Amino acid sequence: MPVPLSHYLTLAAILFTIGVFGIFVNRKNVIIILMAIELLLLAVNINFVAFSAYLGDLAGQIFAIFVLTVAAAEAAIGLAIVLVYFRNRGSIEVEDINLMKG
Amino acid sequence: MLYVLLVFSPLLGAIVAGLFGRLIGDRASQLVTCGLMGVSALASIVALATLGDEPFKVPLFTWMAVDSFTAEWVLRIDALSVIMMFVVSCISFLIHVYSIGYMAHDPSIPRFFSYLSFFTFAMLMLVTSDNLLQLYFGWEGVGVASYLLIGFWYTRPSACAAAIKAFIVNRVGDFGLALGIAATWFVFDSIQYDVIFANTAKLANTELFVFGGGFDTLTLIGILLFIGAMGKSAQLGLHTWLPDAMEGPTPVSALIHAATMVTAGVFLVARFSPLYEYAPIALGLITFIGASTALFAATVGLVQNDIKRVIAYSTCSQLGYMFAAAGVGAYAAGIFHLYTHAFFKALLFLGAGSVIHAMSDEQDMRKMGGIWRKLPVTYAVMWIGTLALIGFPGTAGFFSKDAIIEATWVSGNTLSGYAFWLLLLAAVLTAFYSGRLMFMTFHGAPRASREVLEHVHESPPVMTVPLLFLAAGALLAGWFGLPLIAPEGEFWGGAIFTAPINTVLEEIEAVPWTVKLAPFGALVIGLGLAWLFYVAMPGLPDRLAASLRPLYTFLTHKWYFDELYDALFVRPALGFARVLWRGIDLGVIDRFGPDGVAAVTLATTRRAIRLQTGYVYHYAFAMLIGLVLLLSWYLFILRG
Amino acid sequence: MILAQLVFYLLAFVTVAAAVMVIAARNPVHSVLFLILAFFNSAGLFILLGAEFLGMLLVVVYVGAVAVLFLFVVMMLDINFVQLREGFLQYLPVGALVGLILLVELGLVFGSLAMEPAMGAAAAATTTQGTGMTNTEAIGRLLYTDYFYLFQAAGIILLVAMVGAMTLTMRHRPDAKRQDIGRQVRRRRSETLEVRKVPPRTGI
Repeated sequence: MPVPLSHYLTLAAILFTIGVFGIFVNRKNVIIILMAIELLLLAVNINFVAFSAYLGDLAGQIFAIFVLTVAAAEAAIGLAIVLVYFRNRGSIEVEDINLMKG
Repeated sequence: MLYVLLVFSPLLGAIVAGLFGRLIGDRASQLVTCGLMGVSALASIVALATLGDEPFKVPLFTWMAVDSFTAEWVLRIDALSVIMMFVVSCISFLIHVYSIGYMAHDPSIPRFFSYLSFFTFAMLMLVTSDNLLQLYFGWEGVGVASYLLIGFWYTRPSACAAAIKAFIVNRVGDFGLALGIAATWFVFDSIQYDVIFANTAKLANTELFVFGGGFDTLTLIGILLFIGAMGKSAQLGLHTWLPDAMEGPTPVSALIHAATMVTAGVFLVARFSPLYEYAPIALGLITFIGASTALFAATVGLVQNDIKRVIAYSTCSQLGYMFAAAGVGAYAAGIFHLYTHAFFKALLFLGAGSVIHAMSDEQDMRKMGGIWRKLPVTYAVMWIGTLALIGFPGTAGFFSKDAIIEATWVSGNTLSGYAFWLLLLAAVLTAFYSGRLMFMTFHGAPRASREVLEHVHESPPVMTVPLLFLAAGALLAGWFGLPLIAPEGEFWGGAIFTAPINTVLEEIEAVPWTVKLAPFGALVIGLGLAWLFYVAMPGLPDRLAASLRPLYTFLTHKWYFDELYDALFVRPALGFARVLWRGIDLGVIDRFGPDGVAAVTLATTRRAIRLQTGYVYHYAFAMLIGLVLLLSWYLFILRG
Repeated sequence: MILAQLVFYLLAFVTVAAAVMVIAARNPVHSVLFLILAFFNSAGLFILLGAEFLGMLLVVVYVGAVAVLFLFVVMMLDINFVQLREGFLQYLPVGALVGLILLVELGLVFGSLAMEPAMGAAAAATTTQGTGMTNTEAIGRLLYTDYFYLFQAAGIILLVAMVGAMTLTMRHRPDAKRQDIGRQVRRRRSETLEVRKVPPRTGI
């Protein structure tokens, strides 16, 4: 293989970190959080597929399909919730979602 | 059985009136307590009549038995305890009856009668004790009862202050008594009277080593016990509580601060005569204090304007007489005077109460006067009491007081000469202030307002009948009590011990006639001066007071004892207490304890709350940190 | 081959850059677009790995459906342009540190794993190499046989998500006309029909 496995894994790690980073660094709105979650799932997918290719085991790709499915479902529900939240509260800025403040 | 009834009926009355007073009502409380007190009085008369020669004991039960220390409840019945029981229960009964009338308009009648009966029970326990612990129980019991009764009208701040003063000054004395009891146990290995009295002779010249110094054992014990007596009997130094105790109702003053509680000290000294006879230094101290008190109190009583205070200082003075008698070796004379004094002093107090009641609660003699026609019975019995107090021939006081004065003349004990002259001078002053009281209260032009004068009326029979009984006692007690000072001491049967060299009572018979007549002379001089000052030339007292202003102020301020104690003890104690309270209790204990814990909890909580921001991404961050930590731990520690 | 490596680096670099911009972009629409860019590049990476079916799936599902959904919602909501607030910097050091640690650890784990190629022996299925099948066919052979139940479960998950989304966002408009079939069917003749005798030439 021209590109060693570690490269792919490093790439996945970087994407994962960026996604995690995005969840709590973002100060803008909730949709960015959902997008960051998509990034996380993408990183995981890359991991799966890379391993599947290098180990010759197709189960990785099958699992990646399922991850894709679940990601889509979750994005849909997440956005629906954001929508309803926006309808009720009028804003989706992250700073304003602090009703649970102790 | 008789004796159990004697001692415990008042307790029963106290419990019934105290716990169920509100249930059974005022009238029933009065009847129950007076009835039970009457039973006790009757029993005491029977006990006196059937007094045998040998003392015996009525064991009740054992309180504690620890190693070699046993404390039992035993009623000791001998001549001394019987005569004391007689005095206590009869006078208490008469005062219970009198109180029905005097306290008729009070809102807390059951409480009053309960306290009175409880006091009587404690006093009876005291005099029938067979060991020092039982004595201490009775001692403290009467102290508590005194506190409760002085502060009976507890809504008055002056009454509360007086009650606390009485209790605290008593406590000083009680401390001495407690030390004495401890020393006794240490030395005799027992606190029972029989054991102590049997062994005093053996310890007569031994020494006790305490705080690096050696003291004669019996003298030390004697002085410590006497300190207790000083507190309870308001002798010079621990006397400041007695005049303030007049804040209590008049029956209380009559019972506790005239007839019975204050005499507990004299009883203690007489009871311990076997010990004191071998401690001449202690006896000398007793004589000195007693005689000095007698004179001191008489001088202060001269210038008092409150009728009850005059009688209070008179009591203080007469107690000095009793202690002086004990100090010179004539314990029997001291107890004889105690017994007669109880009658006429209670009579004077109750009579004063009758006057106060008639004058619509006015106690200042300067606002009385000219009422002798309106209060004939009270006037008559007060004269009887006064004559008894000043020792008019034939009255009870004549026999007892003269016996004491003669005893001080003949005794060879330390300071008895000093005592003789002081007691004689005090007799002059006694006659003066007693006459002054009578003349200012009953004679002369009326100085009260017109409405008060219109209401002046004689007291109801429930109050005057006890007065008549007491008057009879004041007159006849002397005749009946002469056997008490008989030289051979057959009456006492060993209850009072006198050493073989102590022949005071025999020598009294043989004093020169000048000494025999000296008290009567004192009476005449004092009463005559009083008549002069207050009837013949009413302006004279004020002119004299004005010209001798420093002396007058010194006397009205009671020789500045209260101010002295305030500066020496009260202020430093309060200051120290404030330091302890503010600095230590609040500043240290509370700060590191509850307040500190609470404050730390609050501070920690406030810091912890900052974690709960309500932002989900903060929580996600926290989860991430947790994940990283777990991962690090796994990678580096578990896997190496 | 060098070309493959070059392509890899290019795609990887763009993916990472796009990911960073997703988070850092000010305009949320730009964020979505950068996300789409990231997906495209990832699809390219998948194809590079020989999983072309998955790559296309990524484009169709992620870009075509999920990202478009994002865009819809971003457009629908009244999202303000938010200036980057100062608070961003307050979290940056700590966040960066934590991220760095995470990255290093992940790297350690993956690095150590990559040294053990013995895993290949435990292959549970055939690969595309050596059989001449396309990736799609290979996946199909595996998915509909061994992982059939999981496949159906995934379908149910999607169904649930659909129903859930509809339930959440449905707004009942009072003036919209709807049919109530039950009421229509319950209708009785006596409620609707009234027969009147009308004389000729008069009308009702």
